[in-house]
Amino acid sequence: MNLSTIAWITLFVPLVAAALILFVTRASKPLAAGLAILSALMTTIGGWILFAKSADGVYHGFNWVDFGQALSIPFDLALDPLSRTMLVVVTTIAPIVFIYSIGYMKEEVGYWRFFAGLALFLFSMLGIVLANNLVMMFIFWELVGVSSYILIGHYFHKASAADAAKQAFLVNRIGDFGFMLGILLFWIATGGPEGGTFTFAAINHPAPIFVQNPALLAVAVILIFCGTVGKSAQFPLHVWLPNSMEGPTPVSSLLHAATMVAAGVYLLARIFPILSSSPEASEIVAWTGAITALGAGILATQQDDIKGILAYSTISQLGYMVTGAGLAVSAALPMFHLFTHAFFKCLLFLTAGSVILGMHHEQNIWKMGGLKGKMPITFLTYCCGMLALSGCPFFSGHYSKDLIMACSWEHHRAIFWVVVIAAGLTPFYMMRQAMVVFFGKPRSEHSEHAHESPLVMTIPLILLAIPAVVAGYPFFEHLFFHEIGSLAEPEVPSFVPNIFLGVFLAGLALAFVLYRNVEKDPIRIPFLENRFYIDDLYFCIVRVIQGGFARICSFTDRWFIDGILVRGSATLVWTIGFALRFLQLGNIQAYALFFGIGVVGLIYLLLHVR
Amino acid sequence: MSLLLILLIVLPLAASVLIMLGAAPRVMALGAAILNLLISVALFARYDLTAGGWQFLSEWKILPKLGINMTLGADGLTLTMLLLATLVTLSAIWIAPKIDKREGVYYVCLLFISAGVIGAFASLDVLFLYSFHELALIPTFIMIGVWGSGDRQAAAWKATIYLGLGSFILLIGLLALYLSIPAVSRTMDLRQLDQMAAAGTFHPSSLIYLILLVGFGSLVSLFPFHSWAPPAYACAPAPTAMMHAGVLKKFGLYGLIRIALPLFPDAMHQFNGLLLLLVIGNILYIGYVTVAQKRLDWTIGYSSVMHMGYIFLGLASLNIIGVNGAMILMFAHGLSVAAAFALCGEIRRRTGTLDYSELGGLAKVTPVLGLLFGFAAMASVGLPGFANFAGEILVFFGATAYGPTMILPVIVGVWGVVISAIYMLRAYRNTFWGPMMTRWDSLTDITPTALGSVILLLVPLMIVGFYPQLLVKMVTTAIPR
Repeated sequence: MNLSTIAWITLFVPLVAAALILFVTRASKPLAAGLAILSALMTTIGGWILFAKSADGVYHGFNWVDFGQALSIPFDLALDPLSRTMLVVVTTIAPIVFIYSIGYMKEEVGYWRFFAGLALFLFSMLGIVLANNLVMMFIFWELVGVSSYILIGHYFHKASAADAAKQAFLVNRIGDFGFMLGILLFWIATGGPEGGTFTFAAINHPAPIFVQNPALLAVAVILIFCGTVGKSAQFPLHVWLPNSMEGPTPVSSLLHAATMVAAGVYLLARIFPILSSSPEASEIVAWTGAITALGAGILATQQDDIKGILAYSTISQLGYMVTGAGLAVSAALPMFHLFTHAFFKCLLFLTAGSVILGMHHEQNIWKMGGLKGKMPITFLTYCCGMLALSGCPFFSGHYSKDLIMACSWEHHRAIFWVVVIAAGLTPFYMMRQAMVVFFGKPRSEHSEHAHESPLVMTIPLILLAIPAVVAGYPFFEHLFFHEIGSLAEPEVPSFVPNIFLGVFLAGLALAFVLYRNVEKDPIRIPFLENRFYIDDLYFCIVRVIQGGFARICSFTDRWFIDGILVRGSATLVWTIGFALRFLQLGNIQAYALFFGIGVVGLIYLLLHVR
Repeated sequence: MSLLLILLIVLPLAASVLIMLGAAPRVMALGAAILNLLISVALFARYDLTAGGWQFLSEWKILPKLGINMTLGADGLTLTMLLLATLVTLSAIWIAPKIDKREGVYYVCLLFISAGVIGAFASLDVLFLYSFHELALIPTFIMIGVWGSGDRQAAAWKATIYLGLGSFILLIGLLALYLSIPAVSRTMDLRQLDQMAAAGTFHPSSLIYLILLVGFGSLVSLFPFHSWAPPAYACAPAPTAMMHAGVLKKFGLYGLIRIALPLFPDAMHQFNGLLLLLVIGNILYIGYVTVAQKRLDWTIGYSSVMHMGYIFLGLASLNIIGVNGAMILMFAHGLSVAAAFALCGEIRRRTGTLDYSELGGLAKVTPVLGLLFGFAAMASVGLPGFANFAGEILVFFGATAYGPTMILPVIVGVWGVVISAIYMLRAYRNTFWGPMMTRWDSLTDITPTALGSVILLLVPLMIVGFYPQLLVKMVTTAIPR
């Protein structure tokens, strides 16, 4: 088999599995799970073979749309260093989460829906990774959106889950509005129907027009970046991600932490050549990421839902990646953090799932406590993830996050201070979570009788704990990133790394002191508990402004356009027709008949009486 | 001379005659619809793309003195529309519920609508194009008035007056067009009209274009000539709504493509600003009207008005990409809105209401119905994988290529994709998701008949969505250079 065949099979196997589950094996639980897992494992093999062969190439499939010169949208797969590394991340994590799901979803209804959704997601995600142009990426971008919608809405009979799924889809669509406009602008700027393009190859060598007109370039990049803001839950479109936690925990882990939300960062890495050549756009991107990293970090400190804390932490970490892209140093910089984050955040969510299952679906951390002895594997693997996320030396997150911060010291001092504060919040909120959930005394019936999860769940935890620790080591850094771009340590004064260590230890220590053996949260800040009231603000905007506007439109349509214009003119016709009233038989068939006769008569008259 | 096209028109009419003579209505109607679908698929497959142009021609002299003949012929666009017409016809007849009053007339009406639209699409003579459309329109009113629900008399009456007026304006425009041709070469044959326009020997006044735009526009529910559509669809029986919104309504667009595009290139440029203003009304204004709807059938009715905005946007871009996108959207919207109305009818038959305040959570008791509606809803919001997305994105590319005047319409158009997601997801959420009232506990899921007829509509949508080039190369044959 040549590489092209392997790439195509890797992409389409999950789609075939999803279709089979939907149409054939709906009734059988083991077959649904089996097919999905088999397809995921096949992608793993395919992904690693493609990575190991390390050959660049564009594999042409077919022309999705083709007008010759004017417009041609080919469906091609691109294999290059960037897509190969991302391929490894997605195909390695996916089967682990799929297998874990067997245990997690055992008692749930809608088993086939869940696995068909996961397989559809995997297909769409691989499509994003392998797409060779912006339109193809947009197509799969929308498809991951719909699989996310299906999976968040898994418990569709719950109003909260139904609303969360809808919100996630809509907020992403708002981001995609900009993304689509960005694609159109890029196309028309590079020539439109006379040789316009949107392939990544063209982005790597930006057209001369962009050199002459930097403002145009900046607008195009920022519009495309809107897609990232939606998908990667950056401020101000971040609200959907915490709500998406309504979905089953494996979904939160795979889609809303490790892979799908990182697609926005992958997009930035894809368009890195044009992003980095526009200082204005880079500045906006970097600040968006930094504000998100800090804001979400602050909110994470006051959440009480075990998944809610992790959700805000994900937003915050995505903020780091976006900042990393905005620093315009190297495409490898955000990708490195995406890489390590994918493993440890996936792990953290799966441990949370294990805890939730052990607690009989209790998610409030203040009902937990003292779980470390009852769930030892979960606890130990959680510690790996938690330390990696907090940036503890020798754990993966330390390498990637510190590199972004060091680069920001060198390239953008103001952003440096923002992300350093955010870096201090991370160990604080994670230690808070660890102390409340695993240490201290049980705070409820459920936590007293909590039990460790079955092997089908704990083995995936162990498998993920390994990369959560080692993924940042120089060996892996070199293996996965040396072809993408430089990850050289910037020259920073020797006290800068000490700042990182300092904020890490300070955050850890503060949370340890504050949350040791407490019954309830000693800090209550309603402004933070209520998410800065941003959700409420949006709710008002949607309710009052959009709803009001819609009602005004509806009102004018009913009473003005229909009422006065149409019925008015109808009345006029009616009055004219009054003379012909004797023909009016009062029933619709007769009228229709006259109408037909009239038309025929009219044709005859006009043709013959000239 | 190929007789396949006339066969497409004759078969439904023959079946109607047999029904009138006492044959089993449903069997005859289904038979005619199945044969018609097979014929149109065969025609679609046998069209010679390399040769292009009009094929399968046949001609009958009617009024030779006036240059009026019944000429049938098909190019790629015709065949695409015929495929749409026969697919929706079969689906509509298949899904028709048991009829208690005057079953025969019911099916005869459906068959007449079908014969009418097929005749309109296959006619090369403008007067026949027009007359066949009238033939299809009249049974539509009858069906709404007799078998409709709710305030059916008022809705039928309104649609009759409105579409009658629109047709009348259209007729005036067509006759004015005819009379503006030099007397020696008067003809209503599209091929000759095109030739004259291409040769530069025929310059009709742009006023005629405006008359045609209003005439065709009201048939397609172009803003602000749209207010007949939602109540008519809400009251119509599901098969009628499917036929009208899915196929018959496309006639107005088809007419604009066949007549206005080749004959009025300058007028279309000249009045593009006006058309774009109406398009923005269709997408933005009607879009938000749709968001405010409180019933499923009204939501879908208004959404079908709104989506016409994209098609007009594609036409207004006046280039091969945009017009192509418009044509693909005609096909895609036809199938997806037919599927939506079909499922809407299935829900109404089970619950007796389509009010959001009373629905919710139905996916629990009718999972397959919910799944199918999800497909139809996703097609309608332009999700990639369905033909609607391919059409929309081509419209956007085409409009972008038109030039700077299109900046605002393109932004509005792309925002329209967000608006349609708002109301469709709301409709889905309010009907199938969330908590369910206990009174729906005993609802039964979709029947195999209804399942089949909806799948018939969804499968072509997904085939074209996956590989739009299939249609692109067909409809391109109809675009004047």
